[in-house]
Amino acid sequence: MATEAQGADSGGLVFHPMDQFIVRPLFGDGAVGLFTLTNVTLWMAIAVAAIFALLVLGTSKRAIVPGRTQSIAELAYDFIRKMVEDVAGKDALPFFPYIMTLFMFIVFANFIGLLPMAYTTTSHIAVTAVLAMLVFLTVTILGFVKHGVGFLGLFWITAAPLPLRPVLALIEVISYFVRPVSHSIRLAGNMMAGHAVIKVFAAFAPMIALSVGVGILVTPLSILAISAIYALEVLVAFIQAYVFTILTCVYLRDALHPHH
Amino acid sequence: MATETHDAVSACLDSGGGAVGMPQLCGDWFGNQIFWLAIALVVLYFILSRIALPRIAAVLAERQGTITNDLAAAEDLKSKAAEAEEAYKQALADAKAEAQKIVAETKASIKKDLDRANEEADAEIKAKTAEGEKKIAEIREGALDAVKEVAKDVTTELVASMGQKADGRSVSAAVNARMKG
Repeated sequence: MATEAQGADSGGLVFHPMDQFIVRPLFGDGAVGLFTLTNVTLWMAIAVAAIFALLVLGTSKRAIVPGRTQSIAELAYDFIRKMVEDVAGKDALPFFPYIMTLFMFIVFANFIGLLPMAYTTTSHIAVTAVLAMLVFLTVTILGFVKHGVGFLGLFWITAAPLPLRPVLALIEVISYFVRPVSHSIRLAGNMMAGHAVIKVFAAFAPMIALSVGVGILVTPLSILAISAIYALEVLVAFIQAYVFTILTCVYLRDALHPHH
Repeated sequence: MATETHDAVSACLDSGGGAVGMPQLCGDWFGNQIFWLAIALVVLYFILSRIALPRIAAVLAERQGTITNDLAAAEDLKSKAAEAEEAYKQALADAKAEAQKIVAETKASIKKDLDRANEEADAEIKAKTAEGEKKIAEIREGALDAVKEVAKDVTTELVASMGQKADGRSVSAAVNARMKG
């Protein structure tokens, strides 16, 4: 294979940490068009199906005393509802289904991506950028619809001394437009980095097959590192979904109440 | 790297099918990912907003209602239990009072019977005593007469033995005088 050219300098080890992120057609080897069924399609569908199983099938009994699945579904519901209420305010509750959709999608995509051989849809900037832009547009449009020009008061900090206000306004405007960038790159970057690092350690793991002397040390170490980073990634998978959601709530609060 | 011999399907793949640079930055794939993401989000949004969230909200509301109802019912039962206890205590007190009354009545009637029986016995004893006393008096009377008779006889005999004639009248007068003294 031509890929051996890359790995040759590491004594036969094959490093392709980024190959796991390649978008591939599910059927055949053709080019990836707009509507091609790809691994993206598959793993997003799996995420949606898993959410459906948890939130719809899991609650189908509508039990007063919930079973295990229903408890988890209710826990997720309460968790996000409380977050929307506490962070964005009670008048943000009409956006609860939207925020719940974002959270469930991200958290399921993150966790499903952690399964071996899985494809992590949220590790792609294209995906997270769309999610972040959706939030950005929603918040901006909502702010102007609700407050008209008054929404610009978000950038005009009346608490600051007058000469400082134009400077602060400039900073605020820049930070406002950087929001979707940081919002999306934070999620995609975290997911990508963790998976890539795991893959790098995984490439070191078969060292023992090449050289027993070096491998006796490197192989157990890399397996240990994979386990440790995997544990960290489990944490990150949830935390990044949480951070994305709570930032959405914070932005939503800004749109609903632009005056600090 | 990518050779003309290999049919490269994308600028982001090398001839071996490996990734060139970061697949995340491959513009060829943006459209596909965004398209499927949009579909996934729309489907998910409808699943959540039409089915899942209303259902969970209903279940939670129903549970809250059930809990409230159960608490109210428990409060109700508690007050009923308190009422029942009160009634039981009342009944117990009534029964005790009734029993006390019956005991008192019974005691009183027994005492009455006893008193009457005592009285009757006393009266009988009195009558018997009086009769006895009368009899004793009679006997004493009789005895005195007999003593007088004997004393007269003895006196007469004594006087006679002394050689003198005893005068019956003076003897009885003397004896009578002595008896009185």
